[in-house]
Amino acid sequence: MSQRESLGNTFLVALVLCVVCSLGVSTAAVALRDRQETNRALDRKKNILDATGIAYDETGAPASELSIDQVNELYKRIDETLVDLETGEYVTDIDVETYDERQAAKEDPKKEDSLAVAIEDPAYDIGFRQRERIARVYFVRDEAGEIEQVVLPVYGKGLWSTLYGYLAVRDDLQTVQGLTFYEHAETPGLGGEVENPMWKAQWTGLYLYGEEGNPAIEVAKGVAPEGNQYMVDGLSGATITARGVSNLVRYWISDDGFGPFLRNLADEMGLPARPGLEEENEATSEQAEPAATEEPNDAEN
Amino acid sequence: MLRTKTADVLFGPVFKNNPIALQILGICSALAVTSKMSTAGVMCIAVIAVVACSNAAVSAIRSYIPSSIRIIVQMTVIASLVILVDQILKAFVYDISKQLSVFVGLIITNCIVMGRAEGFAMKNGVGISFMDGIGNGLGYSLVLMVVAFFRELGGSGSVFGFQLMELDRNGGWYNPNNLMLLPPSAFFIIGIFIWILRIFRPEQLEES
Repeated sequence: MSQRESLGNTFLVALVLCVVCSLGVSTAAVALRDRQETNRALDRKKNILDATGIAYDETGAPASELSIDQVNELYKRIDETLVDLETGEYVTDIDVETYDERQAAKEDPKKEDSLAVAIEDPAYDIGFRQRERIARVYFVRDEAGEIEQVVLPVYGKGLWSTLYGYLAVRDDLQTVQGLTFYEHAETPGLGGEVENPMWKAQWTGLYLYGEEGNPAIEVAKGVAPEGNQYMVDGLSGATITARGVSNLVRYWISDDGFGPFLRNLADEMGLPARPGLEEENEATSEQAEPAATEEPNDAEN
Repeated sequence: MLRTKTADVLFGPVFKNNPIALQILGICSALAVTSKMSTAGVMCIAVIAVVACSNAAVSAIRSYIPSSIRIIVQMTVIASLVILVDQILKAFVYDISKQLSVFVGLIITNCIVMGRAEGFAMKNGVGISFMDGIGNGLGYSLVLMVVAFFRELGGSGSVFGFQLMELDRNGGWYNPNNLMLLPPSAFFIIGIFIWILRIFRPEQLEES
């Protein structure tokens, strides 16, 4: 047996190799982390800008074609805050910058002070058994600081993957401004058509809630009926992705999702209460009473 | 003599000894990342870089590797390189790395990389192993790009994202072929590719 095949040498080679490889990998990870973080943050901002449509309104181009400076400039109109999904109230004791909702959603819901909540018998299935308790929302403000749009982060399962997106709602809290998906792994050309600008444009101007105040917006099977205020065309060859999109939008605007927050906000903005809200309010009046510490904004529109 | 050997090693795998068409290695990623040419292109560059570097690295330490753990040593080298490539993609071409998602990581399991490390780099010098890696990467890339070209043209009516045939859902005339967007279509295209290749190179035919 040669020197090379000896037990000692085998261990030595394995050890040296491991040290060298792990050094290389960790050096790269540390050296490139800042760039990756910047990319991730920029990508998120671009998608929010696209959902709100302000990138297109101001520059005539989608946010993905803008420079970093332009994106940052436009993004100054947007501020983010955290809300408790259960009560719909603002959360101020957690840092918005560092809060990680995906990490929070993974916590054990049974744990004390858990940041996650179990999802039981949801009216609309997003394919998860639990979600975060505190979510991030974004406000688009005009020059005077009045709320123009609210952007809600939404997610749910499609066919292969979880679709993550942003739903921008106008200041009547009923009309959709836009919907974008920034992360998914659906089949390009089929489910991946959720990224198609032509399809996304159909969402603009649709209504979220029906007459009774329940989520009514949906992706149609086939072509949406002419003049229907609640439906977008289906995606051919992507029935399950389309169903996932319907469910996730409805879930997040329903009372399981951002519903309580949107009610508080409507109250704060002086908007008329959503139909069907009354009984709900009476039943949970204690909880739903908004603790609006901020000055109520004047009603717009 | 040396020059011809280098050329042989470099260009042999492109047509004569193509890793996908003749050795039928690395098929899985050829199915997964070929629905668009831009993603396929980045995948090709990533694979070329990984095969070339892993070949060079394995070749450089080949006289120290005990044969009992040689496969693990190769795996470790390859895996480290793949993580490196993944990190670089995330830092510099974020959009494309998002589309490639897990498939960059799956280069680790691409049989071409391991096959070349074990089959060539363990027996040859550093320079020539590096060239062999590039050659095999090119052979893989050729098939990938051909498949991606037909899949993107048939499924999306575009080439490298440039719209050649306006789709009917966007107001044009072309009704895209949905099969082309799904992974199985890559099987058909690779099959046809091998068929055509073997018409011109009958020595690749297997004996029946």
